[in-house]
Amino acid sequence: MKHTSVTGRIKGLLGTSLLAGALALAAGSAQAEDKLKIGFIYVSPIGDAGWTFQHDTGRKELEAAFGDKIEIKVLDTIPEGPEAERVTRELASSGHQIIFGTSFGYMNPMLKVAKTFPKVHFEHATGYKTAKNLGNYNARFYEGRYLAGIVAGAMTKSNKLGYVAAFPIPEVLQGINAYTRGAQSVNPDIEVNVVWVNSWFDPGREREAADTLLDQGADVVTHHTDSTAPVIAAEEKGKYAIAYHSDMSKYGAKAHLTSVTHHWGDYYKAIVQSALDGQWAAGSVWGGMKEGMVNIGAMNEAVPADVVAKVEAAKAAIIDGSLHPFAGPVVDQEGKEIVAAGANMSDADMSKMGFYVRGVNGKLPK
Amino acid sequence: MLSIKLVPRPQPSKSMVYLSPLLAIGLMLVFGLIVFMFLGQNPVTAFHAFFIEPVNDLYGLGELLIKASPLALIALGLAVGFRANIWNIGAEGQLILGTIAAGGVALWFYESDSVFVLPLMFIAGALGGMAWAAIPAFLRTRFNTNEILVSLMLVYVAGMVLSWLIHGPWRDPDGFGFPQSRMFSDSALLPLIIEGTRAHAGIFITLLALIVTTIFFRWGLLAFQMRVAGLAPKAAGYAGFNSQYTVWIGLLAGGAAAGLAGASEAAGPFGQLDMAASVTGYGFAAIIVAFVGRLHPVGILFASLLMALLYLGGESAQVNLALPSAVSKVFQGLLLFFLLATDVLIHFRLQFGSSNAAARKAGAL
Amino acid sequence: MNTETLILILAATVAAAVPLIFAALGELVVEKSGVLNLGVEGMMIVGAISGFIVAHETGFLWLGVLAGAGAGVLMAFIFGIITLTLMANQVATGLALTIFGIGLSAFIGQNYSSVALDGLDKINLVGLSDLPIIGKLLFSYDPLVYLALLMFPLISWFLYRSRSGLILRALGESPASAHALGYSVIKIRYLAVLFGGAMAGIGGAYLSLAYTPLWSEGMTAGRGWIALALVVFATWRPGRVLLGAFLFGGMTIAQFHAQGLGIEIPAQFLTMLPYLATIVVLVLISRNANTIRLNAPASLGQAFHKEVH
Repeated sequence: MKHTSVTGRIKGLLGTSLLAGALALAAGSAQAEDKLKIGFIYVSPIGDAGWTFQHDTGRKELEAAFGDKIEIKVLDTIPEGPEAERVTRELASSGHQIIFGTSFGYMNPMLKVAKTFPKVHFEHATGYKTAKNLGNYNARFYEGRYLAGIVAGAMTKSNKLGYVAAFPIPEVLQGINAYTRGAQSVNPDIEVNVVWVNSWFDPGREREAADTLLDQGADVVTHHTDSTAPVIAAEEKGKYAIAYHSDMSKYGAKAHLTSVTHHWGDYYKAIVQSALDGQWAAGSVWGGMKEGMVNIGAMNEAVPADVVAKVEAAKAAIIDGSLHPFAGPVVDQEGKEIVAAGANMSDADMSKMGFYVRGVNGKLPK
Repeated sequence: MLSIKLVPRPQPSKSMVYLSPLLAIGLMLVFGLIVFMFLGQNPVTAFHAFFIEPVNDLYGLGELLIKASPLALIALGLAVGFRANIWNIGAEGQLILGTIAAGGVALWFYESDSVFVLPLMFIAGALGGMAWAAIPAFLRTRFNTNEILVSLMLVYVAGMVLSWLIHGPWRDPDGFGFPQSRMFSDSALLPLIIEGTRAHAGIFITLLALIVTTIFFRWGLLAFQMRVAGLAPKAAGYAGFNSQYTVWIGLLAGGAAAGLAGASEAAGPFGQLDMAASVTGYGFAAIIVAFVGRLHPVGILFASLLMALLYLGGESAQVNLALPSAVSKVFQGLLLFFLLATDVLIHFRLQFGSSNAAARKAGAL
Repeated sequence: MNTETLILILAATVAAAVPLIFAALGELVVEKSGVLNLGVEGMMIVGAISGFIVAHETGFLWLGVLAGAGAGVLMAFIFGIITLTLMANQVATGLALTIFGIGLSAFIGQNYSSVALDGLDKINLVGLSDLPIIGKLLFSYDPLVYLALLMFPLISWFLYRSRSGLILRALGESPASAHALGYSVIKIRYLAVLFGGAMAGIGGAYLSLAYTPLWSEGMTAGRGWIALALVVFATWRPGRVLLGAFLFGGMTIAQFHAQGLGIEIPAQFLTMLPYLATIVVLVLISRNANTIRLNAPASLGQAFHKEVH
């Protein structure tokens, strides 16, 4: 792909005799010098809870911190693929200096646009590709999952836990395995059943998956999907649920034990500050509890104090580095040792995770 | 008592054939005006954001072309069948199959930098689309099965086939398990034709289809026979024309066009296979385009540009007016409603008042 | 698998079938009158958002259900004006209705995404739900489930035992003769289309008020298309619609349970089964002229004008 210079662009505009457009563009870039223009691209509507809601909460913190030094444009419900490329490009060409894209499927489109706008800073969440002006960022969700596992392991009576999962990718497997290990740390007899729904967001299927798990005898369900349906299903059946992304207690006050949450405000503030200082460089950030990017939410009062204390202790240990959710020995379903005792699983190995730990039932779909 | 009556015209109105799409567009704009005013938007700003803003630079025009291209291509293919009363409404599925077939070629020849990869992708795409359209054609000619329902059902089957491929055998081996294929290598990507835009060479295929269908409709004996077969199968039979050909050609033309459009999407804006390729909606929207364009190549050309503008306008309305982009679907639906509603004027005329009824009574006495 | 699990699976299947039962029974009546409305998905989703907004704003869930039905009727009315009064192509109009409905619902629902709502409660009639086995299987649902199940005998009775039903069917077979006998083809078809809209709207409202009490864009997730397939699959018979709805509705649940048992069938193949099954049924009934005449309404999809036909 060729780089297009600004003059080339203006020539093109004049070539099509759209002088007015060129003037508007010039006016637009003059204005951009006053404020740092920032764009956010979301894959779903913002709503009241969930993945996009958490990112938008971070966006609000950004506005609160920088006030009128910045100007933010939010575009939601942008489909992945070519539409995302056009929208990203539209933001870049209308003077936005930082563009945050918060869905995996924006990775390749953002990469393409980043090549044509070398001066614009692109930040992509949850992907794995970077470029000179495309950084990526993600959170160590598995750290929160481990803590949630402690709660689930302590609260279950049937010793069966249910997990509604989207796709068998490393990020989701990290969550399932960390959750299982967390539960095993307080209750070695635990079993975890997983149902794959093959969708990030489909309330009907998520509900049916949660129902299935509950009907199979699980009494605590959690989910790595985006809707509130699993919590609703647990509430209806008088069982427990652990929410993901946001606190979802308003969807099931009795069922909702706690939640694994992620927080992006600090990261967004750091990025914007570095851009304002002229120090921004594309990085690759994988932040956890220590960085405040992952947390465990408010506890239901049904959770006994000693369990809460165990969770707090484990959280402190994860933050100070003395506890790693994948500290050896890590053993897979067939009993094969993946990580030896005394060692921690490396980031590189975790990012390729493709197995279930012992304690998870069923076969991992390939 | 004043009433409005529809009275059949002795001859279909020629002028209404051309006027009704314009009338429909006009009504849609008036309706849009009311909606914008209702939403508290300044109508001038809103219309500017919706219809001017997206195309006021070269890049925007390029986007208009790459959006309009698959719509026009598919609509042209569908028009061949629609003119003969063959209702292929499964172009969306045929497009997905075209994407899959072309993508399969691109992945198979992943290492190759041969110039033949692209042509092969388009051949595979066309064949894929035709294969998918051949199912309703075969079932219709062999078992008399309704092609509307079969082609529609196959849309969802096609989506699932794509989903299975990218979750399984065709998943990017270096993609950390994410459900999408590798990025195609450069030999499988369409060259761009205007610098600074995404307008790609796939547009030429649409232009070619435009010329071919124009000639076919204007001078082709086959097109005439198909039309007769569609309107009066018995008459066509007496004239020695096998109406089964009509079914096959009508469906395969749509399938080939949709398959080519799918190949063009894969080798153009997508450059890989992923689930987004199964929800482009071009196959369904092309049905609107075919109708708004009056099943005529030139009409389809203009209709596809209008539909593409509605898509871009929806995004622009979100960027500039903070309106949800879904507003473009509302406009698309309205446009087709108005068009279908005004179609009645071709075969009927409006009669006001009750004079006719009175006259008829008088005649009866 | 023990009996209790089986009962629970069946109960989940009944709940999953409900939106399909509403929408498909409604469409069945529409098609029996000779009209093909492909806009079921659009009517359902507008029913879902309208029901949700009204229930959320007023706090009355039943008002939400009514609003869902009303919204479905309004959508169906648009379809009626264009295809019945103005005699336009039904296939194209139905598709336009779906595109319009999906857009409209996203448009009016933009501020209601994942807003919390207390859904319809299950009813426990004089403690019947607590009975062993039967309690779970028969008495553990919310009222809309019973309404859906009640619609089946009502519609069967209407179509095959009532005079109006006879007229409706006759009209679907031959609108010209019905017209000659002095019945208003257009009026009766309007009533059928509006009824279909109301049923699709309730089916949508069931999703947003009871099944997963929340609103999200595109939440009907293709159920309208499944409902259309179902009518054909059932060869236009209410009883078979009911059975087919359990079959199609239970497909996902069966697949999820199969996962638990370690049976590996790619999810995609199970998801495409309803569509493939429908094609097979279509082939079976279409292959000879007698079976298609016995099953499908003869005038399906054709416009009617009393002076030209």
